[in-house]
Amino acid sequence: MTTPTTPKKPRSLSFRTVAQLVALAIADAAISLWVGRQAYLWMPPQASAEAVLVDDLFGFLTTIGSFIFLGVTTALLYSVLFQRADKYDISDGPPVEGNLLVEILWTTIPLGLVIWIATYSYQIYDQMAILGPMEHMNHVPQLGLMPPAEAATLPAVPERTPIEVHVRQWAWEFRYPDQNIVSTELHLPVNERARLKLISEDVLHGFYVPAFRVKQDVIPGSTIDFGFMPIREGRYRLRDSDYSGTYFAANQGVVVVESEEAYQQWLADAAAQPLTEADNRAFREFTKLGDRPISAGWKTVEPAPPPRVNFASSEEDSYE
Amino acid sequence: MSNASLDAIAAKSDQPFPGAPNNWRRFFSFSTDHKVIGIQYMVTAFVFFLIGGLLAMVMRGELITPEADLVDRTVYNALFTMHGTIMLFMWTFPMLNGLSNYLVPLMIGARDMAFPRLNAAAFWLVPVFGTLLMASFFVPGGPSQSGWWAYPPVSLQNPTGNLINGQVLWLLAVALSGVSSIMGAVNFVTTIFRMRAPGMGWFRMPAFCWTVLSAQMIQLFGLPSLTAGAVMLLLDLTAGTSFFDPAKGGDPVLYQHFFWFYSHPAVYVIILPIFGTFSEVFPVYARKPLFGYRFVVVSSVIITVLSAMVWVHHMFASGTPSWMRMLFMFSTMLISVPTGVKVFAWVATVWGGKLRLDTPMLFALGGLVCFLFAGITGVMLGAVPFDIHVNNTYFVVGHFHYVIYGATVMGIYAAIYHWFPKMTGHMYYEGLGKLHFALTFIGVNLNFFPMHPLGLMGMPRRVSSYDPEFAYWNVIASLGGFLLGVSTLPFILNIVSSWVLGKRAPANPWNAIGLEWLIPSPPPVENFEEIPIVVSGPYGYGSNESLVSNNPAGELISEHS
Repeated sequence: MTTPTTPKKPRSLSFRTVAQLVALAIADAAISLWVGRQAYLWMPPQASAEAVLVDDLFGFLTTIGSFIFLGVTTALLYSVLFQRADKYDISDGPPVEGNLLVEILWTTIPLGLVIWIATYSYQIYDQMAILGPMEHMNHVPQLGLMPPAEAATLPAVPERTPIEVHVRQWAWEFRYPDQNIVSTELHLPVNERARLKLISEDVLHGFYVPAFRVKQDVIPGSTIDFGFMPIREGRYRLRDSDYSGTYFAANQGVVVVESEEAYQQWLADAAAQPLTEADNRAFREFTKLGDRPISAGWKTVEPAPPPRVNFASSEEDSYE
Repeated sequence: MSNASLDAIAAKSDQPFPGAPNNWRRFFSFSTDHKVIGIQYMVTAFVFFLIGGLLAMVMRGELITPEADLVDRTVYNALFTMHGTIMLFMWTFPMLNGLSNYLVPLMIGARDMAFPRLNAAAFWLVPVFGTLLMASFFVPGGPSQSGWWAYPPVSLQNPTGNLINGQVLWLLAVALSGVSSIMGAVNFVTTIFRMRAPGMGWFRMPAFCWTVLSAQMIQLFGLPSLTAGAVMLLLDLTAGTSFFDPAKGGDPVLYQHFFWFYSHPAVYVIILPIFGTFSEVFPVYARKPLFGYRFVVVSSVIITVLSAMVWVHHMFASGTPSWMRMLFMFSTMLISVPTGVKVFAWVATVWGGKLRLDTPMLFALGGLVCFLFAGITGVMLGAVPFDIHVNNTYFVVGHFHYVIYGATVMGIYAAIYHWFPKMTGHMYYEGLGKLHFALTFIGVNLNFFPMHPLGLMGMPRRVSSYDPEFAYWNVIASLGGFLLGVSTLPFILNIVSSWVLGKRAPANPWNAIGLEWLIPSPPPVENFEEIPIVVSGPYGYGSNESLVSNNPAGELISEHS
């Protein structure tokens, strides 16, 4: 412990140590970059312009996160493997109480990192906000998130009346006011900003399509303008994302993104259909409960009767 | 008494008064001894941990297949509501209050808490509201099924129409829990401010006490908000008011602000004492001083301040305006700076030490790795655009279970093993402890890692059934969940058998530095025969300086320092 002082100060790092540290950091960075690339594979298909932006942000966050995680756990693992006390060694380690320079560095570097991540996230959010409104409280100042100059430079979209999304315990129902259509499947034309009005008839629900990476709570008592930009044709899952009671998990639907022609065709076909009762999983399960001799559950809020629609799809329908 | 030995202490404590360390009846009495109350808290909390864990295992049983087939959907919803409620209000809070109750007076050289009777009253509320919660399983309509957030309007829907229903009992329990925690917080803050031993300046106080102080400050400023929100919701539900009911002109989002203004800081109430535990455990088993002590303890206080400004990050997908989303994104990410300081300090403490991998150290290291992972996913969740995608999905469930089980429960286990000899006067069995660690660490990662890919794929949390593409990861998670259930068995076996039969523990089995290690195990009723006079910092490993200038154990034992 009190060995005679060495001529060299222990703080100065040898060239070899620095070279080793740099090599380790490069290896860590290389692995982290690779993990960051993999992050894209963990996500659902990129079916909206927002999805591309969110995935880029997630890849970036995964890269930085992996770098820190690997760096710290490697140091800990090295300690655990190679810095153990011998079985009968009861002496203490070196009485190092701290190092001001190191402590200042590991406070300021994360601070810089946080500012970087927050700024990048802000930019992504800003781009998403330009793509479509992400908020409904329009009376609140927006801090310049959607400068009118930039919004004006976007290509003009053909003016369509927003599609009304009605949600209740436990069904989704989509109304196309121009064509007077009611459907349980949401059809949207590709490469055009979808404009929705979200309306809840009872409790909080959440409009969530994982393939679009967008989500918005639907709050009873207020109509929420919502939008996003589908860029890929296909059938995608819509889920209720805000817990809404007994049959919450069954409150799902299908969103179909299709070409302009297919979309117009669908509108015309649906308008020609008479209103019929849609299949509704919550209602179906609830009515079947009555057939059982003994109830295995507790009294629940009764599901609304199945919606009467021009075009019906079922929760069991296929999707990507 | 001049030449007395440990036998003298044993003889002394055989007196049949109710507070005597060998009288088991004191644990079932209205004792005002902080050590008795501490153990009362911990044992009560652990019983509820087992109940909450059983509920979780039934949930994992339901989720092992996509269909809702094991239990009715109403039952599943009650299970996750009660699981969350029990784990927070009946396990982590009481458990950490118990640990803090036991340790803080010992660590600061006090003979008890500032208000011993208030302390006992705060504890005895715990079984009262615990009973209320359990009773809700037996009222018509069953327990609350609105989740532990109890968001209106779902929480205001009362399908039975009865005045006494699960939601009402739940709200009463939460309000009582708030009252109990405020009583505890007043006591802790006063104790730490007023009752430190002579010579123990702020920067000679152990890091654990700093974290308890920071955590209890949060209780003081945050709990009134939650308690008020719960009372308003109760009035909406029973008296026909309309604070939150949109059908009558109320604002359901207002409740979310009330709720999260406390309930996000609440996770710091939980994690801060765990940070304190890490700061105590690593120096002992690495045989090195806590690296950068001042930075570490001051960052606890910074976390307390920042925690008051982050609650909206739970509401990024609610009706929140953009400026709020951006502001709270930045404040949320900012918290990673003081927590990062701590993580780096612990790594630097371990680095270059002489490590002893006893059970407390294993749990602390495992907890640290889990916390690091949770911290990284936490910063990701702070980024609004990404949060919009994974908000209310299993990604969030995975994130906070890494915090709550991975870091917190493992940290609690580290603390229990580390101070078990002090609390009981017996050594635990090291082999069973290591087995417990291995099962827990594997179980945590099997159970909670798969939740991250599930969330990224878009599986919402709180679902009783799910689409078949999620089945693969759910099966793994369920197996991990059952393993975690099994992992408590060696722990219970270890604690019970070693408490009864274990080897007698000396005053300081770990050769640790701290006032609590200068007195016998278990400590006598009033802890210190002589109030210690502190003459140096709390982590003088490797530097042979004495912590105190007198012998706090009186003349009973002389082999201190």
